[in-house]
Amino acid sequence: MIPIAWYLVLASVLFCIGAFGALTRRSGIAIFLSIELMLNAANLTLVAYSRIHGDSAGQMFVFFALAVAAAEAAVGLGLFISIYRLRHTIDVNRLNRLRW
Amino acid sequence: MLLTVFALFAGVALVSAIVVVLHRNPVVSTMSLVVTLVATAGLFIMLGSPFLAALQILLYTGAILVLFLFVIMLLNVQRERTTTTRMSGMFIGAGICALVFAGALVRLFWSAYADTAVKPLDPEAFSLVSVARDLFATYLLPFEMIGLLLLVAVVAASWVAKKPESADDPDAIEVVKQGEPR
Repeated sequence: MIPIAWYLVLASVLFCIGAFGALTRRSGIAIFLSIELMLNAANLTLVAYSRIHGDSAGQMFVFFALAVAAAEAAVGLGLFISIYRLRHTIDVNRLNRLRW
Repeated sequence: MLLTVFALFAGVALVSAIVVVLHRNPVVSTMSLVVTLVATAGLFIMLGSPFLAALQILLYTGAILVLFLFVIMLLNVQRERTTTTRMSGMFIGAGICALVFAGALVRLFWSAYADTAVKPLDPEAFSLVSVARDLFATYLLPFEMIGLLLLVAVVAASWVAKKPESADDPDAIEVVKQGEPR
């Protein structure tokens, strides 16, 4: 049996890779992808905890997190399309106005 | 044997996650995230939740990432013309922050769970029947609310992303006139 700590360690490393990407990438899409990576790492942690405790509540949380991620992706990508129509870029360094 | 499978999935997930973060081409990043998510789905199966693994592959790689690819192609996003170079201070600073945070998390989890004996998988508690019972009895209200949330999100997304009604929309013209350097 694999020690459960390994899953948690893997999840935390994945989370930190995603956080690094969200901090350094400049394209809006790439930042979004990094955030999805972080969400996925959190899901892995929840499933591992659900396994430790023999309780399926963690799995339900992951189910809801997946649904919220779908909603978030739909709204976020819609915003990107709208921003691109106005500014012809989604480079976050150029999107520096609160109002335009 | 089990260890080999775990190492395989974990290694694939880590390598493709690094590619997601470092590759300049957004299409390659997205496809690499698909690989990460599929490897994580394999780990879900090893943790005894094949339902979530199937959901992950269907929902994430099948729907959400296809949406990403659609938007990347629709907007014709090019490789990042970076305003920050690879080895700028921000790059190094973020790297150090991520490493320190990862180290702290790994140490925390390792000291807390290194000698946790996992109970053998209870097929009763993790079966599809019990998942269905949880979903439609214990968590019925959140389940309905998530349906409402998805409806709201779809309506909002299609409203936000729609074309402006007319070409001579005064706001749109003003925006183009004072437009930023492309």
